[in-house]
Amino acid sequence: MPPLPNPLPDAETQCRQLADLIRPHLHRRPALIGIFSGGAWIAERLKELLGLPEDIGLIDVSFYRDDFSEKGLRPQVKPTLIPFDVEGRHLILVDDVLYTGRTTRAALNELFDYGRPASVTLAVLADRGGRELPIGAAYCIWEVPLSDGETLELCKLDDGRLSWGLENA
Amino acid sequence: MHSPQLNRNGELIHLLSIEGLPPHVIAQILDTAESFMEVSARDVKKVPVLRGKSVFNLFFENSTRTRTTFEIAAKRLSADVINLDINRSSTAKGETLLDTIDNLCAMHADLFVVRHASSGAPYLIAEHLQRIGRDDVHVINAGDGRHAHPTQGLLDMYTIRHYKKDFTQLRVAVVGDILHSRVARSDIQALTTLGVPEVRAIGPETLLPKHLDKLGVQVFHDMNEGLKDCDVIIMLRLQNERMTGALLPSAGEYFRHYGLTPQKLALAKPDAIVMHPGPMNRGVEIHSEVADGPQAVILPQVTFGIAVRMAVMSIVAGN
Repeated sequence: MPPLPNPLPDAETQCRQLADLIRPHLHRRPALIGIFSGGAWIAERLKELLGLPEDIGLIDVSFYRDDFSEKGLRPQVKPTLIPFDVEGRHLILVDDVLYTGRTTRAALNELFDYGRPASVTLAVLADRGGRELPIGAAYCIWEVPLSDGETLELCKLDDGRLSWGLENA
Repeated sequence: MHSPQLNRNGELIHLLSIEGLPPHVIAQILDTAESFMEVSARDVKKVPVLRGKSVFNLFFENSTRTRTTFEIAAKRLSADVINLDINRSSTAKGETLLDTIDNLCAMHADLFVVRHASSGAPYLIAEHLQRIGRDDVHVINAGDGRHAHPTQGLLDMYTIRHYKKDFTQLRVAVVGDILHSRVARSDIQALTTLGVPEVRAIGPETLLPKHLDKLGVQVFHDMNEGLKDCDVIIMLRLQNERMTGALLPSAGEYFRHYGLTPQKLALAKPDAIVMHPGPMNRGVEIHSEVADGPQAVILPQVTFGIAVRMAVMSIVAGN
């Protein structure tokens, strides 16, 4: 694997770059849905940067995960909150890191319990490879191949800024 | 004695009683229930958490209401639900409780919801499952004898947290037949665990257990004194069989002393909430004007109860 940039890229800059990628497609009046917790923070940024009038949706996929029988329920489940009708809308699903694709799969299943969107696209800050499902991001800023033992996670600092954290198992 | 409801990592695998539950486990259940409230408000009221799991409702004692709420909760989690009305089946033919359990395990049961007239029956089942090495099968106590009704206790805590936010500032009164009430026992344990500084028990001497003060509960025999400045009033159901015995003179007499009327309610704080586990006896423990009034949160309790039972089922089944 190529060496990682040191320091890690600035997540706030990446949010602005992601907004730039999405901006040409605003004529479709997309609605943003952020996956807890990293994706929700990014979606909040995108709403501001793109000047979208509509509140973002928030989704916690805990009840739709495929690893419930191995791992059980996560202790901190947040309520899913989708303040608009998804029926017929163009949705942009936002997450921090795309990895196996299983979280995206769970989010898609949950979204379809709310209705039938016109389309769903995926926007992520980072794609770390390692896909286990046929899922890809339409908007991605950082392709960063990582090995299984590494954990890339978006954090919110005390001053509210978003920042990357990397851990080696 | 080690309670079989927590595993070695302190995670909830059965729900048998509020007693012995650490505050963070109760908080986890209430937080998870909050997420399930959103699920019940959707058009499609279903999530796939327990898809393919079999939930057996074992009701050795009748309770259509409680059984229905567990059934709805399990179905909203996508589980398959099998209702066994045990009174009319195997037990009547002489089968023992644990033989029934073994047979249902052989049918690949994943979760038992147990209502039993004998205190401790759900414990017996949980210990049996542990002994035969079935740590993948879970038990939820839906009321055992006079002992415990933990999901009712938890949904009452959910209700209180929903309306009052902070447990550590509250004065809570439990009113009525505390002696025979598993709901009261579970409520008092939960309130104490969550740090409620003042828990009051109000009722006639014949219907209050002797050692309430040892649980940190203040005892009142006079409603007018006991309700003063309370934030939460939990009314208990007066069971009809208590009125025919020697414990109480009559329903009318009981209502005069311990029925919650608008006048008595006025002694509590103006924003006090009134709770009742149902089914209510109007004109016995509660006046209709109170039951239907703005301070009653009795129907929201029912709604919260589904979400709390969904939370308990999904947490134990995952651990």
